[in-house]
Amino acid sequence: MSQENFGVTAISRALVRHRPAALTAAALVLTAALAACARSGPPYALENVTGLVAPLQFHLTNQDNQAVTAGDYRRDIVLLYFGYTRCPDECPTTLAMLANALHTLGPDASQVRVLFVSVDPQRDTTAVLKRYVENFGPEFVGLRPDEAELTTLSKRYRIAYHYEEPDKYGNYEVDHSSAIFIFDRDGRARLLGMDDTSQQVASDLRRLLTSS
Amino acid sequence: MPGFKQPRCPGSPAARGLLRNPQGSREAACYHVRMSPLVMDLRYLLPWQFSPTIFITCAVAVTLYVRGIRALGRAGKRVGFWRPFVFFLGVALNYAVLQTYIDYLSQHMFWIHRFQHLILHHIGPVLVVLATPEHVLGAGIPPALRRVRVPAWIRRPLQVFFRVMRNPIIAPTLFVGLIFFWLTPPIHFTAMIDTRRYLLMNWSMLADGLLFWWLMLAPRQVQGSAAIGYGTRLVILSLVAIPQLLLGAYITLHGTILYDVYAICGRAFAISPLDDQQIGGLLTWIPAAMMSLVGILVVLHHILHDPGATAPRGRFAGSVQPAGGG
Repeated sequence: MSQENFGVTAISRALVRHRPAALTAAALVLTAALAACARSGPPYALENVTGLVAPLQFHLTNQDNQAVTAGDYRRDIVLLYFGYTRCPDECPTTLAMLANALHTLGPDASQVRVLFVSVDPQRDTTAVLKRYVENFGPEFVGLRPDEAELTTLSKRYRIAYHYEEPDKYGNYEVDHSSAIFIFDRDGRARLLGMDDTSQQVASDLRRLLTSS
Repeated sequence: MPGFKQPRCPGSPAARGLLRNPQGSREAACYHVRMSPLVMDLRYLLPWQFSPTIFITCAVAVTLYVRGIRALGRAGKRVGFWRPFVFFLGVALNYAVLQTYIDYLSQHMFWIHRFQHLILHHIGPVLVVLATPEHVLGAGIPPALRRVRVPAWIRRPLQVFFRVMRNPIIAPTLFVGLIFFWLTPPIHFTAMIDTRRYLLMNWSMLADGLLFWWLMLAPRQVQGSAAIGYGTRLVILSLVAIPQLLLGAYITLHGTILYDVYAICGRAFAISPLDDQQIGGLLTWIPAAMMSLVGILVVLHHILHDPGATAPRGRFAGSVQPAGGG
């Protein structure tokens, strides 16, 4: 059997024979590594998702039973959050954190809207939503999707929700995303909040308010 | 697969809410009655996000192959059962992980994402390549299309690109590099929240899988001058397994969550985040690396059954023979 093709010698010979190609490969790896490092971006506390997440767009019913679209909130900074009113811990905690952040902003908070989209429209009627969001402040808007629109939004913002098994009383929990999508006045997605503090959210919102 | 345990209607909270809330509205009740279990199951087969490019690519591949079988049949050449079976299975698997409910699950569960890439980057392409579909696909090209001359300004860059890609250093570097690239946590995060990057990720895995496994597994006679020697292939296949083993082990044994995007965007069904990560790590670790072993067996099969396999490569044929010893 010829040894021509076997072993490390073949690889090293190929390296020499294809020196330009090998150099290209090295350059590619280096570029990829540099690109990964350069991604730190401007110093927002929240994740900068400019150009990554789809612009604000929806057709929903608000807590006063009126049909609303994204265009109705074009002049505000919009925070989009998915949850449900019977959510035991995560939604109230997040909404309270956002209420805190808006409180920190002072009068500027009037230029911010928190859109709370229910992932449980079966139980979250507009009346239930109205009572719920009023607890958090005038900037909070409860939005109820129909079934098709909820699917559309989950595709658009790449979020998931799923319904747990109900207990013997028919109560059930809904697992859902914890993302807070933040849009500027033009409806472009800018930031993604996760487990940030109200101080971090407030300072980022202030930057968005002054920059746009 | 846990997601399929009970048939649930994808993305229809009204129907699902009703199952848990007998006092649901009449409207929802009608909806639920209309959706018989069979119809619910069929909805799992529909694309979560329809991609024309994936649909057209798969449709063209299948059409060419079917046309090829019939054209060869008319010429009295039998294609047999197993090659078409393996080819269609490979195409079907790739299509299934991209254009059914599995795609939704892959976006919202790390281990199913790893399963999706195991199909796209390893198993699907290996099946397609093992079918050696080149001559059948070629026979399926319509005569009118065959006469079309590709202009040089398109052909030349493609040739150069292919020549670079088939290089025995670049091909395995790209193969392993893509796995590491898309699993780098900040890059993985953006791929999962941006639809375009997500598509780019899946396309790059599929295209690179087809290229790499074709270079590794297709018989030398089929590849012509592009062929990498069988011995070099054995070395490459052994080497690419190592970084995959290390990465898989790293993910599996990592004590904290590496990919928080699934918690942020929501998981498709309830599972502990660390379990999700560990299953995903195992899928990167064991089956992916084991495909190298499968590849090595296929190459050994080529060496044993191809009389010219161990002969020196074309360009050395003249100069090497009398010196001997290699």
